[in-house]
Amino acid sequence: MPHDHPDHDNQLDPMEARVRALETILTQKGLVDPAAMDRIIQVYSEEVGPRNGAQVVAKAWDEPEFADWLARDATAAIASMGFTGRQGEHMQAVFNTDAVHNLVVCTLCSCYPWPVLGLPPTWYKSPAYRSRAVFEPRAVLAEFGVTLPEGQQVRVWDSTAELRYLVIPARPAGSEDLSQAELAALVTRDSMIGAGLAQVPA
Amino acid sequence: MNGPQDLGGQMGFGAVQPEDPSEPLFHAPWEARALGLTLCAGVLGRWTIDESRHARESLPPAIYYSASYYEIWTRALEQLLLTHDLIAEADLAAGTSAPGAPHPRRLAPDAVRPALARGASSDRDVPEGPRFRPGDRVRAKVMHPRGHTRLPRYARGATGRIEADHGGHVFPDSNAHGQGEAPQRLYTVVFDGRDLWGDDAEPGLTVSIDAWESYLDPA
Repeated sequence: MPHDHPDHDNQLDPMEARVRALETILTQKGLVDPAAMDRIIQVYSEEVGPRNGAQVVAKAWDEPEFADWLARDATAAIASMGFTGRQGEHMQAVFNTDAVHNLVVCTLCSCYPWPVLGLPPTWYKSPAYRSRAVFEPRAVLAEFGVTLPEGQQVRVWDSTAELRYLVIPARPAGSEDLSQAELAALVTRDSMIGAGLAQVPA
Repeated sequence: MNGPQDLGGQMGFGAVQPEDPSEPLFHAPWEARALGLTLCAGVLGRWTIDESRHARESLPPAIYYSASYYEIWTRALEQLLLTHDLIAEADLAAGTSAPGAPHPRRLAPDAVRPALARGASSDRDVPEGPRFRPGDRVRAKVMHPRGHTRLPRYARGATGRIEADHGGHVFPDSNAHGQGEAPQRLYTVVFDGRDLWGDDAEPGLTVSIDAWESYLDPA
């Protein structure tokens, strides 16, 4: 995103003005380089996002040995694909099965596995999601259009420490002959949080 | 602290508003700048991630609940910068400051990708062996510290089962207050929904938290 400052300051949203002032102050004081901010924004806008996680899931679906590694040591398995770093230093993959559906939340802030999913969507950080995911996850899932089979257990992972969770959704029926790239296209961001299911091939 | 951040099981916030994948990552340009400022200021090394979380949860509840998450980050960042004397109230009031020489730890553009890809691990060696083993029954302590903690209220006093031992990790309750990393062993503890919510639990629910050893007693 370009670092542009339009001239019509009198029309600014209060937060726009507040953040701009803070950026001005920190830049003048030599504490922050706006070009470094631009680079951070570029990384999370263009390079690091849920397509990373989708590749991890597709590989796990396609390669049982990789799935085993992911289950044993997700940090290393994911790092082998080049996805490392901030807010993903300690990864754990949790696998959906017929018996258990996994859902991830951070009730205390907004912890989220950045290297594989990018920055969290607004709903993930909202009081509505954070308050209800641990109490009534099935009701929350219904708001995402997901109805789980009766009898399937729901396991909610509250990210209260520095472990970051990646849900490996169940592989959809009809996907047996697809390439990893085609499989990855079925994997939505929400399915890797547990708030959705993988798409069924057209 | 029993602050506005401790949301698990609270009621009244309404329905979750799912977002389409085409929804923009940032909903206003300032949100992107707030992210950049927060990460760049963190690199100066004057506070830890635990202290920054504590700054956010220390915002007045009425503000916390009416603010977007990037606004929470921005307000907390201002507080951290003030607390650590990197800026003054007068700077914020003026919206400008006298020029200063570049800080020796100022994040350079070319250092961004390596820094993000490196991250900062929180695992640490702890000399003591584990007090609990997978399968052990434990009770989360009843505690109401006025400072930072990562034991959510909904789990306090509840009985669960140790599922995994993750070794030593930096202890946020200490680290958030500049009292050192004081690493402790970290466990995943699983609770049956009924042990958290009684008869109001959804059937078939289990919830896990990641809990430091001192949060737990044998049950």
